[in-house]
Amino acid sequence: MIKKLKPLFLIGAMLAPNIAVPQATPIGDAVAGAQVYQRECASCHQIGEGAAHRIGPHLNRIFDRRAGSHEDFRYSEALVRQGRDGMFWDLSRLHAYIENPRALVSGTRMSYRGLRDEERRANLIAYMRAYSDQPQNIPEASPTAIAREVELSAETLAIEGDVEYGEFLSAECTTCHQRSGDHAGIPGIVGWPEEDFVVAMHAYKQKLRPHEVMQSVSQRLDDEEIAALAAYFRELGRE
Amino acid sequence: MHPHIVPDKFAREGMMFPSRHGRNFRRLWTIGEERREIRLLTGANGRDLMTLNRRTFLGTATAASVALSAPMALGQAKPRVVVIGGGSGGGTVARYIAKDSDGAVDVTLIEPSRKYYTCYFSNLYLGGFWEFDALGHDYGNIARLGVNVVHDWAVGVDRDAQTVALASGESISYDRLVVAPGIDFVEGSVPGWDVSQQSLMPHAYKSGTQAQLLKHQIENMREGGTFCMVAPPNPYRCPPGPGERVSMVAHVLSQINPTAKILIVDPKENYSKQALFEEGWERHYSGMVTRIGPDFGGDRVEVRPDAMEVVIDGVVEAVDVCNVIPAQKAGKIAELAGLTNDSGWAPVFPSDMRSRMDENVFVLGDASAQGAMPKSGFSANSQAKVVANVIRGELTGSRIFPARYSNTCWSLIATDDGVKVGANYEAGDDQIESVSSFISQTGEDDELRRQTYEESIGWYNGIVADIFG
Repeated sequence: MIKKLKPLFLIGAMLAPNIAVPQATPIGDAVAGAQVYQRECASCHQIGEGAAHRIGPHLNRIFDRRAGSHEDFRYSEALVRQGRDGMFWDLSRLHAYIENPRALVSGTRMSYRGLRDEERRANLIAYMRAYSDQPQNIPEASPTAIAREVELSAETLAIEGDVEYGEFLSAECTTCHQRSGDHAGIPGIVGWPEEDFVVAMHAYKQKLRPHEVMQSVSQRLDDEEIAALAAYFRELGRE
Repeated sequence: MHPHIVPDKFAREGMMFPSRHGRNFRRLWTIGEERREIRLLTGANGRDLMTLNRRTFLGTATAASVALSAPMALGQAKPRVVVIGGGSGGGTVARYIAKDSDGAVDVTLIEPSRKYYTCYFSNLYLGGFWEFDALGHDYGNIARLGVNVVHDWAVGVDRDAQTVALASGESISYDRLVVAPGIDFVEGSVPGWDVSQQSLMPHAYKSGTQAQLLKHQIENMREGGTFCMVAPPNPYRCPPGPGERVSMVAHVLSQINPTAKILIVDPKENYSKQALFEEGWERHYSGMVTRIGPDFGGDRVEVRPDAMEVVIDGVVEAVDVCNVIPAQKAGKIAELAGLTNDSGWAPVFPSDMRSRMDENVFVLGDASAQGAMPKSGFSANSQAKVVANVIRGELTGSRIFPARYSNTCWSLIATDDGVKVGANYEAGDDQIESVSSFISQTGEDDELRRQTYEESIGWYNGIVADIFG
């Protein structure tokens, strides 16, 4: 939906590690988005401090809001129904709705032709995101950026079972899984056969195994990183 | 609470052992006081890569004795890292640098308390699910890794001279400084309250004796009395913390004082895990909890500790126990060091938590203004690993990897009813960004909630082992 930057320049970052390189891709340019908002939305929707409903509902805290859920605003039945069916506003829904409102909600009352230009739409949504809950305060709030692409690490770290990298990555694991192999409430992961470890991690990554923390952690590990972790925890078991 | 970490075991036996990759040998020291003498022996062994440095370091016989009292006088034989604050961020960064640098970096940890009491799980202590002693952790295992643990207050930082001043009058020099002081309270944020009132109206937001005091007050509250919580404005330490605390207080009161009431006065429109807490309160403690948000004056509150009154939008409420959690800012030393801005927090670069004010200084955990990560022990621990990797790389040439940040916060609502929220984070252009998140769902079955609670206990044991060894 949004063109992701291919951050190949990160290869350089590995060689010259002191250069600070952003990993996450912004939703859009919020400053540019303010102008898009003024032009496309502001005649009907208010946003920001003291915003109230006008022709359309105010858009503060639109992210993570159930569709059609302001009790003091009269929505189309179609939008209320979709909210009841479980539609919440997030990045992809907002993109779809703003691109073409009737494609997402056939009976919507929002008479807006849609904004086809993907970049301007991304900027607009980035601007709107700033007026919704911030993850620092509400950790479950919608993401503020888009995760880097996974193939990045495969390109930069084409080393099978890199124990040193595995040790570094393991810092994230050992917040919960004890390095000693002790376990209570959270399983031990030290000294597993590498293959079992790799299979398990991929199963979490593909959401075949049902544990949210592990699904979340494994999602951003690529094949090399999983192999590195497997190699490290195997070695740790031998010490 | 003391896992059998291999290096410690060997250290205790005073043995040489192969490092993780079998490339060289290293020796870990027994306890803090004996540390430097043992180093002398190690240097004389000539076994490891640091021999040359150590010989230089200990080149004159007098230097060895000087080292015990005034290490900074020796100059830069080894790169020096000073860490201010021995909590989740500072403890982790000190331990990781010491653990991974094989003695190549001299690490000093400055922490006034001999025992650190975690804020996380202090709510479970209030609820009777955790022992007070089990919240406390000492620095013995960190010292055993070779970290010089100094129990003193850091009272100033001279960033030009690269020295930290201690309350004792000593000063310690650094090549890299890590500032991880946690939070302090914003004066005047709750009219009528300041820290001198904390025995009448405890904050209990830094664990330790304040948590004990609050527990005592709750357990001795008059029958049918009112427990009031003045909740903090954003941003504050541990976003689901106040909600979990209310749950734990309700758990205790429903057992020993079932006609008691809980009143939350909250300046915020909404808060983390709100739907989960509200569902849980209705299910387990129906009718006990009332919350007054900003639409009814929750943002216009004043307290009168002597009279045990809370004034909400001009209306006086008599209360029996009052837990005031004030607005927060970075721990005072961050401000004294000139690392904070108008927000009261210390701005850092998202890729490595480096201070925007000084390239040789890193600010970790609650005190930092980094973007999307909540202020939590988990976040601080996660950030500390990034900083440890970067500092070690800069000082010893080891590999530096792109930052990886994550956080999960578990909360307990009632017996065996645990919930969690978590996210992954990445460095963006200006700040750390959230790139994915998850949260427990309302209506989950009892078995899943029980597992989530057990997971939180596993996590607690894991993270304190990760920080304190």
